[in-house]
Amino acid sequence: MAREDEKADAMEIDGQHQQVANTAVPDGFNADYLRIYYGKLFPHVDFFKWLSYGNDGKHPGCDQSYVGRREFSFTLENDIYVRFQSFDSVAEMENSIKEKCPFKIDIGPVYSVDPAKRHAYAQSGNNVFVPVERELIFDIDISDYDDVRYCCSGADVCMECWPLMTIAIKILDASLRDDFGFNHILWVYSGRRGVHCWVCDSRARKLNNEQRAAIADYFRVYKGGENTMKKVSLTGAVLHPFLARSYTDVLKGFFEDKLLLSQQLFASEERYQKILDLIPDENVASELHDKWQGNRRSSISKEDVNATRWEQLKSTLQSGKHKGLRRCIEEIVFSYTYPRLDMEVSKHMNHLLKAPFCIHPKTGRVCVPIDPNNCDDFDPTTVPTLSQVFQGIVSATIAESLQGGIRKLIQCQAPAVQEYLDLVKFTQLPADLTNLVPHEKLLLHETNH
Amino acid sequence: MEIVRSHRQIAAEAAAGVGCGGGAGGLPTYRVAPQLEVRLEEFELFAIDRLRVLKGIADGLSRGKRPEEMEKLVKELWKAHMRHQDPTETLNKDIISHFVLRLVYCRTEELRKWFLSMETTLFRYRFRLESPESQRMLMSEFQLPYKALPHSEFEAVKDKLSQVARTIGQSAAVESVFFKVPFEEVPDLVASRRVFLSKGYAYVAMSQVVSLVVTQFRCNISKALVLTNRKWTATIKEQEKDRLTPIVEALSNAYFGPDYSQPKDAVEISLKDIDQLAKTSFPLCMRHMLEKLRENHHLKHGGRMQFGLFLKGAGLKLEDALAFWRAEFSQKVGSERFDKEYAYSIRHNYGKEGKRTDYTPYSCQKIISATPGVGDHHGCPYRHFGEDNLRAALNKMGISGHPLEEIMDKVKNRHYQLACTMTFEAEHGVSCDTGINHPNQYFSESQKVLKAKNQAVQSQGTT
Repeated sequence: MAREDEKADAMEIDGQHQQVANTAVPDGFNADYLRIYYGKLFPHVDFFKWLSYGNDGKHPGCDQSYVGRREFSFTLENDIYVRFQSFDSVAEMENSIKEKCPFKIDIGPVYSVDPAKRHAYAQSGNNVFVPVERELIFDIDISDYDDVRYCCSGADVCMECWPLMTIAIKILDASLRDDFGFNHILWVYSGRRGVHCWVCDSRARKLNNEQRAAIADYFRVYKGGENTMKKVSLTGAVLHPFLARSYTDVLKGFFEDKLLLSQQLFASEERYQKILDLIPDENVASELHDKWQGNRRSSISKEDVNATRWEQLKSTLQSGKHKGLRRCIEEIVFSYTYPRLDMEVSKHMNHLLKAPFCIHPKTGRVCVPIDPNNCDDFDPTTVPTLSQVFQGIVSATIAESLQGGIRKLIQCQAPAVQEYLDLVKFTQLPADLTNLVPHEKLLLHETNH
Repeated sequence: MEIVRSHRQIAAEAAAGVGCGGGAGGLPTYRVAPQLEVRLEEFELFAIDRLRVLKGIADGLSRGKRPEEMEKLVKELWKAHMRHQDPTETLNKDIISHFVLRLVYCRTEELRKWFLSMETTLFRYRFRLESPESQRMLMSEFQLPYKALPHSEFEAVKDKLSQVARTIGQSAAVESVFFKVPFEEVPDLVASRRVFLSKGYAYVAMSQVVSLVVTQFRCNISKALVLTNRKWTATIKEQEKDRLTPIVEALSNAYFGPDYSQPKDAVEISLKDIDQLAKTSFPLCMRHMLEKLRENHHLKHGGRMQFGLFLKGAGLKLEDALAFWRAEFSQKVGSERFDKEYAYSIRHNYGKEGKRTDYTPYSCQKIISATPGVGDHHGCPYRHFGEDNLRAALNKMGISGHPLEEIMDKVKNRHYQLACTMTFEAEHGVSCDTGINHPNQYFSESQKVLKAKNQAVQSQGTT
């Protein structure tokens, strides 16, 4: 305990220093903070309980070897990857995390045998070391939307383009629940440029690669790499109920009410030409092009130019004159809004994915879960960074009670007798984690206004 | 199955299709190996005939044939290769050849995958050709536990079912018999959004039932292949080393031909030659990736795999490969990050990391079936480029006018490999009768042609 106190002291000093130099030192990542984060805040117990899926109990039917066959992969400070870690108990995991202080923790599948002992099994030939279970996962990166956003590019995000991620969460979450019947879904901010989704239902964990690929393909509308002009092609007389619902419930509204303006999609010739390129009838496209090129700002009234041009485009395509172009409106909206998945991540059982509650090593932000029902309010730019979390702790000077605090909060929300972990409870953790740090919120409040 | 050298006896029950899952209309389900004796010659001949069918199917798939075209193709292939002069023997030939090939194709993951995929496709289209009555019998043989959707439930989702039917070009008048099944059972229908999904269930129309049966079929064969492999390595291989083993091993090579994982004739290419070779001998897909790599100093995973393995197959040594990729990537991500994040996968491709498999360069079939996403440059240009981009790319290779139009025509008809073959012919001024089915084949054929030309020029020079 003495050592802990020493750390707490050191922490306090650092924290004060940080506050003083708040503007000079961009807050973010710091190995010392990380050590304390793992020591005091990282929800080891619940994390481990989650991955045990009820197999840590005493009741018959528990597979005691289950959680010990799960692969963890650590990325250490100097970019050393340590793959195929496994832990039989929360204490073992917690000790290893605290000792190695990984900059990143990835979670892999549950294998047929303990991944740490895979070499021993490899001798026997016959491939006994194979993945047998894994959450169905999705990875969506905003850098994959660079051709449809103009505010940022690459790994940068802002509240102008983040709605693209909100759309992805809404569409996938609704379909995973309504179409596929899944219930235990965890959305997590990846810490920098996107979101991760963990579907944890036992049925989802048991899917084979072919079934995973089928679900990923069900969601796939965007096709054809960098070398096709038209990326979205919607065929058939009507849209599939899933796409139709996505369009009317989410895509259309976001496109017309948010992205059209925030991304200024029709504001320059270069931008509207990109949209006109999606119209298969060249005459129609050039007609609109000429119209817009002629009247630069002058004749356009107070109406926003983007909204006006979109209305003009719609009425032209919908007019009876051009048969078969109606679908084109939907195609444009889909091209500019519909989720773009990293397909490979979802298709294979053995893909690693960064664990929730990690700290993103580049931004220092905590990978907090996102509540899909309130994802409109999620703002990645205000997600606490490690040093902000840390300042909160120190300012509160209740570092010691915090560790008990997070447990208490979790216990309050979970019924005492619970053989299977209720994931919904787990998804409520983010609030706990951030709420734990009241000062941090205050701080953000101040900097925002 | 007993294999005998001379005379044969056919177990009556096998001939009737009992015990080996013989379907009503002569479509067996291959659930149990038949108790019958086979002559050694037939063992091999039947297998070769079936292989011709499977190979034909693979070709059809790689050309992106539509289901109706595939149905016709399968029918023709079957008729051409699998009939027996003695009609009563046809079913036996079917069953025997299947089980022989199971032995041939059980031995590696790659072989199993190919066989499973082709046999499943074969079964799918043969099933479609069966009468509704025998289809129902096959369904019951697979013991599929599904009951038709009750009327009340049907009425509740009728609109949605009609909506789905219209998306796949059927009339809005909905079929009346639907099965409600866990979506896991019909991955192909889910992937192509050809079913209505609700709360984890897929609503499968009677006309789509083939998907349910095929899933079951695939699952059975997949398990059986793994078991066969175990038996093969544990006992059969050794027991039969003088008799069946050589036949079995020859059969799998007979189809796959060279896998290009090792460069032919120990050809080596060196770093400094890559750009020159690309101009003269790389197929379009590889030229394109090299160009993009030089331009962006980066290629995404799919591109690194397709292009990296191609270079390996063309004879680029590991050290050179590392130097090649490092030279480009370091301009974008720095050489330190390259060494940390990318070098591993290159060594991995050369079998120096991970499970140490020496990975095989991708064939055209694999490349054509890729699904490149945002920022990806891999895949087959003939399939994945838009028309304008493809024309521009071919122009850049110096192809225009009539040959260009002919190539574009092939592309329109989804004969991607033929389009590539014609590009080869236009570029080299010689005909390529075998057709292009592997980018490394394109490369080595091209080198052959160029060498011959060089020699011709030299010998002319000396005379």
